[in-house]
Amino acid sequence: MAQQSVAEPILKLTGIHKRFPGVRALSGVDFRLFPGEVHALMGENGAGKSTLIKVLTGVYSIDDGTVEMEGKRLVVHSPQEAQAAGISTVYQEVNLCPNLSVAENIYIGREPRRLGRIQWKEMNRRAEKLLEERLHLRVDVTLPLSEYPVAIQQLVAIARAIDIQARVLILDEPTSSLDRGEVARLFEVVRKLRGEGMAILFVTHFIDQVYEVSDRITILRGGELIGEYKASELPRLELVSRMIGKELTMLEELPKTAGQMRASDNQAAIVEASGLGRKGAIEPFNLSIGRGEVIGLAGLLGSGRTELARLLYGADRADQGKLHIEGAGKNGVHSPRGAIDAGLAFCPENRKTEGIIEDLTVRENIVVALQATRGWFKTISRKRQNEIADEYIKMLNIHPPNPEQLVKNLSGGNQQKVILGRWLLTQPKLLILDEPTRGIDIGAKAEIQRLVLTLSREEGMSVLYVSSELEEVLRVSDRIAVLRDRVKVEEIGKSEMDEQRIMKAIAGGEGA
Amino acid sequence: MTTDSKGRYSSGSHSSWLNRAYKHHLFWPLALWLALLLFNLFYSPSFFKIVVREGHLYGSLIDILNFGAPLMIVAVGMTTVIATRGIDLSVGSVVAIAGALACQMISKGSDQSAVSLVLYAVVMALVLSLVLGLWNGLLVSITGIQPIIATLILMVAGRGIAQLITDGQIITVSSTPYQYIGAGSLAGLPFSIFLVALVFAISALLTRRTALGLYIESVGCNPEASRLAGIRAKTVMIIVYMFCGLCAGVAGLILSGNVASADGNNAGLWIELDAILAVVIGGTSLTGGRFYLTGTIVGALMIQTLTTTIYSVGVRPEVTLVVKAVVVLAVCLIQSESFRKAIISRWRTRRYPAEREVTRHA
Repeated sequence: MAQQSVAEPILKLTGIHKRFPGVRALSGVDFRLFPGEVHALMGENGAGKSTLIKVLTGVYSIDDGTVEMEGKRLVVHSPQEAQAAGISTVYQEVNLCPNLSVAENIYIGREPRRLGRIQWKEMNRRAEKLLEERLHLRVDVTLPLSEYPVAIQQLVAIARAIDIQARVLILDEPTSSLDRGEVARLFEVVRKLRGEGMAILFVTHFIDQVYEVSDRITILRGGELIGEYKASELPRLELVSRMIGKELTMLEELPKTAGQMRASDNQAAIVEASGLGRKGAIEPFNLSIGRGEVIGLAGLLGSGRTELARLLYGADRADQGKLHIEGAGKNGVHSPRGAIDAGLAFCPENRKTEGIIEDLTVRENIVVALQATRGWFKTISRKRQNEIADEYIKMLNIHPPNPEQLVKNLSGGNQQKVILGRWLLTQPKLLILDEPTRGIDIGAKAEIQRLVLTLSREEGMSVLYVSSELEEVLRVSDRIAVLRDRVKVEEIGKSEMDEQRIMKAIAGGEGA
Repeated sequence: MTTDSKGRYSSGSHSSWLNRAYKHHLFWPLALWLALLLFNLFYSPSFFKIVVREGHLYGSLIDILNFGAPLMIVAVGMTTVIATRGIDLSVGSVVAIAGALACQMISKGSDQSAVSLVLYAVVMALVLSLVLGLWNGLLVSITGIQPIIATLILMVAGRGIAQLITDGQIITVSSTPYQYIGAGSLAGLPFSIFLVALVFAISALLTRRTALGLYIESVGCNPEASRLAGIRAKTVMIIVYMFCGLCAGVAGLILSGNVASADGNNAGLWIELDAILAVVIGGTSLTGGRFYLTGTIVGALMIQTLTTTIYSVGVRPEVTLVVKAVVVLAVCLIQSESFRKAIISRWRTRRYPAEREVTRHA
């Protein structure tokens, strides 16, 4: 594919500057996108990837620089204008209406009409044809979108994007909530579109995936352009070290050795679940977690990982079984508040909808859980709040280091750190982390993993670590519980822990 | 106006003072209120005249404070409800019910001016308001009915309840202590102003000196995240609706005390709309989260000033509502950030026709 680079780029950005109050989001960034190519945009959180995309799609206006499409200057003021110009985007969080049908989602706003009436049959027929011919997807397009898994929803979003005569397709973290099979399917579609001459801009944090599909890589760091490379000519290690701006070696080493330096295993269990379950969410399971132990939860998306974590925390109510938490009353916990009082903490999977409180400041987001447990009148003084915020900003390396910044203005990784700070402040006995590194760059990932290990080793904090990245679970866990189809199928101890073994358990059918 | 907006976009340091003032949440409410006062300065100079008669102060400004008192109090309660993403349409009905109950109890007494009787009636009316607020809070938080529907129930039913209490009559009382609540004066100023100050002080203390404010804003921003962070979101909701009910009750006592009667049909009619408007003008968003009590007070004062201005300028009564609506529309447009941006970019592109051409082309 790289040969095509002799052709004219379809999209050419030159010297793009974008400033926000107090932040230089982009300074002098150039970017080219060629037809028939997959171009990966790489960079850590806060590198300026999202800003660049928002500039392209007309969400932000630029302060300086030019955008050219096929040699002509292009100025767009809204995503609609960008779409009309041929630039379509599929966002990380699926931006569709779950309660409308698949066909409606694809054609919303441009339904086929006759005499002002929507031609429903025609619309459904077209939607079916589009999905089948271009994405090899056969689904009932009249069912509401919410009936389908996220992967299908993602494909529907792509179908919608490409049907609008798009010549440039932007995929912003499209794979972050997909499992392996689904990713493979998505890539099949991506390759097909590339073959048809579509220019595809691909943003992801998964390095494997970058090398799997992209032809060209552009790296940003701190709002500046680091360089544009052909994927085949850029070794992985170099990619990573250019992204984070330091040598990777130390980053690789630490977490690996850390697992072995663990304190002696298995003291008294601090959390003991027996036969705990909830209909439709997870089948009854037993699980005991010792002090200072890190338990990994492995399994595919939808295997019940999150559901298990939520039951332990009381975020959902169990309808059977018993949960004993050291220090909690005999009745166990039935609400998050009860769980917190008993010494639990929970970083939910959906950072945006369940984790951060967007319009509040970093300081408020950090103190909120501690303040909640103290009740109204035992207010944490403003002075103390500032001290706490400063302390955690420093400890977790939160950027920008401004406690009065609204948390919604932070990048994903930094938001995650704020939530971590919120919970560390309550000094929990058991920290439940549900996908703590999703959508986070490598640097922050390593930081979070290191933190988990330090906490368990030095502070004796137990951790329940849920992640769809197997490698990550393997690195941090003392014990791994494997889930499959909403059943806890196996528990694997430190001695037998290896990727093959766990993959088998996840996939099932060991007998075969 | 353009210098202000330019200062905002330049993000430089040369106008940081102006910049900060401009960005402060009180900037627009205060600016608009001052504009309204300025208008009065030119068109009815007597507007600012305050005379002392028998130790009391009289004048348009005093009237604004006095007649605006119920609105300010109701709006403060409404602010806390709106901060949790809710809305309370029933405040007007609660105003009527509180007044009706108090007047009914006083009128049954043998000595209507007995302080103990009035005190008893007032306390009972406020307790009833709290109960009504609790009803709203339970509907919203426990049953999960949308606030606008949940409070609509009491808004409609409340007028009926008020009439039930008064037996469908307008009850008049002649009770000096009761009338004092709405028409009395203290240190030359209307007593109701002190009630406003008291309600404002209590709510400011509760929300800014305790953690309640943080809870309210947190629940308003993201109820689920707040729940997972250990905040009892439902309790917080019940509390704000009860507080809002209590505020409406106080306002009801002022209104009925002022006219020494209770009218189940008309007391506090449409006050919920003015209160919501005051909250919004004050800078609190209807989508919940951050709330501004001082902004609300300024918003309520602005609305009352507008009403008084319209009367004092002598707008014909048939068109007063239309004039009010036009001014409110203008206020809302000026406060809307996207509207201001649109105007500014309009103004800018007019100066650079070439760039506009490129835009079209895209």
